[in-house]
Amino acid sequence: MDTINQSILTLLLLVPLAGALLVALVPDRAKLPNWIALFTSLIGFGLALHLPAHYDLAQGGFQFVINQAWISLGANSGSIYYHVGVDGLSLWLVVLTGLLAPIGVIASWNAITERRKIFFALFLVQQTAMFGVFVSLDLMLYYGFWELSLVPMSILIAMYGRKDGPKAAMKFFLFTFIPSAPLLVAILWLYTKTHTFDFATLQLLIANGHFPAGPLCWVAFAFLFAFAVKVPVFPLHGWLADSYSEAPVALAMVIAGKLGLYSMLRFHIGLFPEQAKALAPYLVALAVIGILYGASLALVQKDFWRLLAFASLGHLSLIVLGIYGFTLTGSAGAVYQILNHGVIDGALFVLLGYLYDHYSTSEIGAYGGLAAKLPRTATLFVITSLAMIGLPLLNNFVGEFLILSSTFTGVSRSWTVAAALGVILGAAYMLWLIQRIFYGTESALVASKPASDLSLRELIVLWPLAVLMLVMGVAPSLWFPAIEQGVRPHPQHVQFIDLVKTPSTSEMEGPR
Amino acid sequence: MNSVPDIFRILPEVILTLTGAAIMLIDASLPPTTPRRSLGWVAAIGTTIAIWASVWQLSLPQGAGFYGTVETSAFTIFFHVLICGIVLVALLLSLDTLPEDSHHQGEYYALIVFGAVGMCLLTGAVELLVVFIALEISSIATYVLAGYRKNTARGPEAAIKYFLLGSFATAFLLYGVALTFGATGTTQIYEIARLAPTARNHSLILAGAALMLVGILFKVSAAPFHLWTPDVYEGAPSPVVALMSTAPKAAAFALLLRVVYEIFPSLHALWTPLLWVIAVLSMTVGNLAALRQENVKRMLAYSSIAHAGYLLAAFAGLSTPDGISTSAIAAACFYTAAYAAMNVGIFAVITLVSGYEEKHPFVQDFRGLLFRSPLLGTLLIFFLVSLVGIPFTGGFFGKFYSFTAAVGGGAVWLAIIGLLNSGLAAAYYLRLALVTAQQPQNDESHAAIPRPHVGLAVGAALMFAVAATLILGIAPGEILHAADNGAHTLQAPPQAAAPTVTADPPPVQ
Repeated sequence: MDTINQSILTLLLLVPLAGALLVALVPDRAKLPNWIALFTSLIGFGLALHLPAHYDLAQGGFQFVINQAWISLGANSGSIYYHVGVDGLSLWLVVLTGLLAPIGVIASWNAITERRKIFFALFLVQQTAMFGVFVSLDLMLYYGFWELSLVPMSILIAMYGRKDGPKAAMKFFLFTFIPSAPLLVAILWLYTKTHTFDFATLQLLIANGHFPAGPLCWVAFAFLFAFAVKVPVFPLHGWLADSYSEAPVALAMVIAGKLGLYSMLRFHIGLFPEQAKALAPYLVALAVIGILYGASLALVQKDFWRLLAFASLGHLSLIVLGIYGFTLTGSAGAVYQILNHGVIDGALFVLLGYLYDHYSTSEIGAYGGLAAKLPRTATLFVITSLAMIGLPLLNNFVGEFLILSSTFTGVSRSWTVAAALGVILGAAYMLWLIQRIFYGTESALVASKPASDLSLRELIVLWPLAVLMLVMGVAPSLWFPAIEQGVRPHPQHVQFIDLVKTPSTSEMEGPR
Repeated sequence: MNSVPDIFRILPEVILTLTGAAIMLIDASLPPTTPRRSLGWVAAIGTTIAIWASVWQLSLPQGAGFYGTVETSAFTIFFHVLICGIVLVALLLSLDTLPEDSHHQGEYYALIVFGAVGMCLLTGAVELLVVFIALEISSIATYVLAGYRKNTARGPEAAIKYFLLGSFATAFLLYGVALTFGATGTTQIYEIARLAPTARNHSLILAGAALMLVGILFKVSAAPFHLWTPDVYEGAPSPVVALMSTAPKAAAFALLLRVVYEIFPSLHALWTPLLWVIAVLSMTVGNLAALRQENVKRMLAYSSIAHAGYLLAAFAGLSTPDGISTSAIAAACFYTAAYAAMNVGIFAVITLVSGYEEKHPFVQDFRGLLFRSPLLGTLLIFFLVSLVGIPFTGGFFGKFYSFTAAVGGGAVWLAIIGLLNSGLAAAYYLRLALVTAQQPQNDESHAAIPRPHVGLAVGAALMFAVAATLILGIAPGEILHAADNGAHTLQAPPQAAAPTVTADPPPVQ
């Protein structure tokens, strides 16, 4: 077992890559690429599940660590290390990434009909890049995976875009690539001062005041900016709606959110708690604006991909609110909410992708009265929507409650009221969407096509997700111990502990 | 002073010269109707032996031969291997893409090899007259090669433009050499370095340095000396562009390193801001102009100007508060290698797609390449990704080292401008990549463009380029080590020794 623990993260990174290579080599016949991709992503998921099963909560900290010198940058300077590890913060995010991979493959099973080899090969490369972002503990390695994740995504958006793929791909790429230029300069600046890229070392040096305060502010800001675009945080969300409506379903479900949010927690707040704290009020304000703005725009969208994009903007902004409220409860709720968002968004994308494949339109007005013809689709869609709205006993409720309550007690009451208003708007647009698509009179489009409800393949994906939403809603304690440990500040980060406000009403233990 | 026979100091050059001469002789003795393709293989074999000879030179003690005019060190060997590698790939590329019936094939191969002699000699020369001669050997060969397609209008235009502007630039260099000689009384690089700080006529030194910089910056096509680049690249055959956009530039950058680091380290307060400005200009001008290009070769010409800028960013990091940083030199060396690998690769793909006659040179002609030829499409996207500077490719580590050097030298703004520029550059690289990945428009235009054939030699060339780009991106340790060694063998700046001139022994070993 020890040898597995020693190499599990390397395996996790290599398995999708090996799968991609295999897909590239086999002939495109009899859905062979699909099967290989499915098989590989299931192995990846299995490997990811190994992590929570063997993560030692009592010990905490980074586990499954591998730390080897990778590239030496010259005689009297530092090295880039292949340094990977998982802690409570990244643990479940890795599992989520692993879970969404087979779902993405199955969702693309029939949707992707041509050039399957390229699609699945790039899909698997994307998978490696995302795993890499979550497990890297060397800033350069992290940056590598961060940038790598752009390439397959852009190419696939361009190739499989529904209307104007190349334009959306270009927008996506430039929006995320250009802000990572200051990020790289910031990383290089840290390196030239310290000759190390190591996360823990840098964290310690920054905590001990090793750097001049002025430049460090800019460095922290460069980090934040790159992540805020990737999340996206209002007003940097320009790429989101186009990417959502153009990207193939399997990729759209991972395009926004978790990479950026995780990076904020790990590398912005984790490395620069003081600078992050100083900017926190602004981010809270932007987050609340984002919640209201996203929800309001979602209300008036005529295209369900765009509706989903703005709905996501709202939900992601809520997570940002949790992160920058600087309360322990809020951060834990935020991490939990990243998981929820991944699960719910995944299910919604599968369902809407199914509708799109059958009716070839994403215009909400063209639908109507589907519930009678597609009862199973309707049932699952309603369950997912209720989860998204934040119905108690379903998963989103837990996260939203933790974030809002901690903001209420720990940050600002008025902002919380505004944010809660956004949540109400969220219920409005989702219920209205259900009403327009599934109820009312049967539209001409729906009448013109024979009814074909979800097949076994989709059901295999969707029911487990629906069950997961319920389980995550009633038994969050399965996830929270690790998450709570992950967001708890580093013991050596003296300043950080002072900064965290003790949540006054919470079932969780506050910091010492 | 040393027991190494002089001939060993220039062994690769000798081998290349003999190869070139042999090709000329065989070409002359073959009947006119015989295909000349085999001469290309002769050239390739000769170049391979030259690479081997360069590597063998590593076992020699560092030092100069021929009365202190030509040096071998880890630095020169790094560039010898790099240049010969590029030449080899360009030869392999030509072997499969030159039409069977094209004229003067013997001269073509011979000129490439002779050009390589000049470039190699340029990196090894430590005497300014030898530098000048080497530069001329390499330049004249490239002038002729640029105009090789003489039955097209663009070919001779490219050659003449290149020749006129190039000779002008060489004249600048020569004038700079003359002024430097006037100020110090010597053309030996280490002697100049020793005498320059105390020279009586300081303004002569300044003028000499400035003129030499102009000549060299022209050769590396840095803005504002870049105007020849797009026209020449457009007119010259693609395999030649693959060669001349990389190998002569590598040699010129090696010379630039010598000039700023070995000859005029004392003037660093002057050339650091100068190169800072030129780096920013080159990146910005190159990228902005490339955005608007429809012809792929012109686009890559402007992109090469931008890359010269990224490389010069490392030079701006040369002088740090603790003296001159060898890691900046290593960064510059590494960048030349990374740029060469990906650029040769992308020109190889373009040669195959557009064809020798270049009937399909536009971005739109690449539409759907991924479907017409999955292999070439994938490779094109791969090289473009590397040119953008995505991690795990050579292009990324090149930029990474270069900008690390810049940040280390305190030029944080240069790094920010440079990386924002690479965001700008991503726009046009990506445009080509996305067009490649797009569905072909309709069956007619689809059928009009022939499906490129990948032969054995071209296959090998592509494989080398891909392997090099990947190795430089994933496991660059060895090559960085070599570059670092090279950087350390450049003679340390004699600033400390300068005041006590006369007592010092000559720094040549």
